[in-house]
Amino acid sequence: MTDWLSPDEWRAVALSLRVSFWATLVSLPFGVLAAYALARWSFWGRTALNGLVHLPLILPPVVTGYLLLLSFGRKGFFGQFLDQWFGIVLAFRWTGAVLAAAVMAFPLMVRAIRLAIEAVDQRLEQAAGTLGASRLWVFVTVTLPLILPGIIAGAILAFAKAMGEFGATITFVSNIPGQTQTLPSAIYAFLQVPGGDDQAFRLVLVAVAVAMGALILSEWVSRAVARRVAGQ
Amino acid sequence: MTLTVSLQHRFAGFALDVSFDAPPGVTVLFGRSGSGKSTVINAVAGLLRTDKGRITLDGRVVQDSATGVFLPPHRRRIGYVFQDGRLFPHLTVRQNLSYGRWFSVGESGVGFDRVVDLLGIGALLERRPGALSGGEKSRVAIGRAILANPQLLLMDEPLAALDEARKAEIMTYLERLRDELRLPILYVSHSVAEVARLATTVVVMDEGRCLTTGTAAEILADPSLAAIMGPRELGALIPARVTGREADGMTRLETATGPILLPGEIGPVGASLRVRIMAHEVILSRGRPDGLSAQNILPAVVERLQNGEGPSVMVSLKIGPDPILAQVTRRAVIELGLAPGQSVHVILKSMAVARDHIATGSVQT
Repeated sequence: MTDWLSPDEWRAVALSLRVSFWATLVSLPFGVLAAYALARWSFWGRTALNGLVHLPLILPPVVTGYLLLLSFGRKGFFGQFLDQWFGIVLAFRWTGAVLAAAVMAFPLMVRAIRLAIEAVDQRLEQAAGTLGASRLWVFVTVTLPLILPGIIAGAILAFAKAMGEFGATITFVSNIPGQTQTLPSAIYAFLQVPGGDDQAFRLVLVAVAVAMGALILSEWVSRAVARRVAGQ
Repeated sequence: MTLTVSLQHRFAGFALDVSFDAPPGVTVLFGRSGSGKSTVINAVAGLLRTDKGRITLDGRVVQDSATGVFLPPHRRRIGYVFQDGRLFPHLTVRQNLSYGRWFSVGESGVGFDRVVDLLGIGALLERRPGALSGGEKSRVAIGRAILANPQLLLMDEPLAALDEARKAEIMTYLERLRDELRLPILYVSHSVAEVARLATTVVVMDEGRCLTTGTAAEILADPSLAAIMGPRELGALIPARVTGREADGMTRLETATGPILLPGEIGPVGASLRVRIMAHEVILSRGRPDGLSAQNILPAVVERLQNGEGPSVMVSLKIGPDPILAQVTRRAVIELGLAPGQSVHVILKSMAVARDHIATGSVQT
């Protein structure tokens, strides 16, 4: 099983899975909050927030990566703060790859969840209020279950996006085998050396398989949840 | 339990200005669509914040614009049955019914089993709302609101989306709720039939104002409301008691003035009913008529004459203590020489009393 990929290739695949998993998990609460704020609240700076969330989608990834390096690098504003207070260093570590992947995948996640929130019948939430539920409880017992298909779709989309993230990651955390070399970075590295085509191609197959698997899983899970939520 | 409401609100092109008290029982907010009924009920629920207003429930202030008090819906203890049911699609019927109980823990309200039994929804508990019929959804929505243990129940045309058969079915359950649970209900409707069967008190609304308030019997017999109720909807609401069955399938009812006979098996013997007698179905005669097919001929005294629309005249009469309304032509008034104080005979055709005009429960006058 393990012999058709070299240890380095395995490490790249495992790192990518780990980075994507944590990037999705950590950004999920923020994604739900941002989507809810954009869908429901009117506040000063709403347009600015919307722009900020979507920025990584339209900026060249290398620019996003460089901005991350500027702000979260050892000398950066947030980087210094995290290092001094929590001893967390992101630049050139796998945790930095998590941050880069999370930022790049965030717009997709927020978009999927926001669409789900906008589709919720607010009259159901009103009904919950008349039955004695405070706004927080209405969210937990009515809104959240109803948007669950959207949250799952957004999470899987974000996971797939994180698996494929390359530009921002390589700019922010470089391409260190075993440490920050994710699947796309490894493919890129193999393509830079003569005779690396075979290795690159094997990883391409893995990437395709993971992406297809994620899509099929997402379809299947959200259809199952949607059936449950539709009340049949 | 008394609800007092006073609200002022201004929309684009529409002003609401109402004040009324709702005593215990079913208070029907009656009016045409666009008269502001739903606005009032939404304000009472706390779903709409009016410009000005004061709402108290048994002395408890839930809203007062003068002092800035405005309780959010979840702290009002006011249940709401929406026209469209609004059941939670992701929960089973049982979970829907129990929803309000999570937030009223430790309060002794009416029992789960009793409500399920009263509404006949025991067989539906494990189903999801998507698999329910319209009438079943309505009953579950009513049960859900009651089980949240409210101090007042609001109902916004809960029957409007149902066909006639389902309406009749739910109406029976509503009568049971009114008479067995003693929960005060504020009920929005534009159906005179619902007023006749359910109302204790009626608040008539028109163009954002309260036109008049009275008992169901008073409102239904008020000729000045013909334009709003519909001219063919006026009539008397008479309390009666089932005293027996005739061999030919007729039911004998006892009213304050004497027995009347109605077709079919109506209620169990001993049941209290209210019988709605439409004004345009009543025939007047000066002397006691002879050789007539009508089964119910009762002596009455003319109280008042009022010109209706077109050639018709509304004649208010008293049969003993009960008011009766007859709609006759002006020509007939002249021919019979009808005048206040005059004795006449009222002729009721048994078959003219339709099934849905007989309501269970006593009428308060």
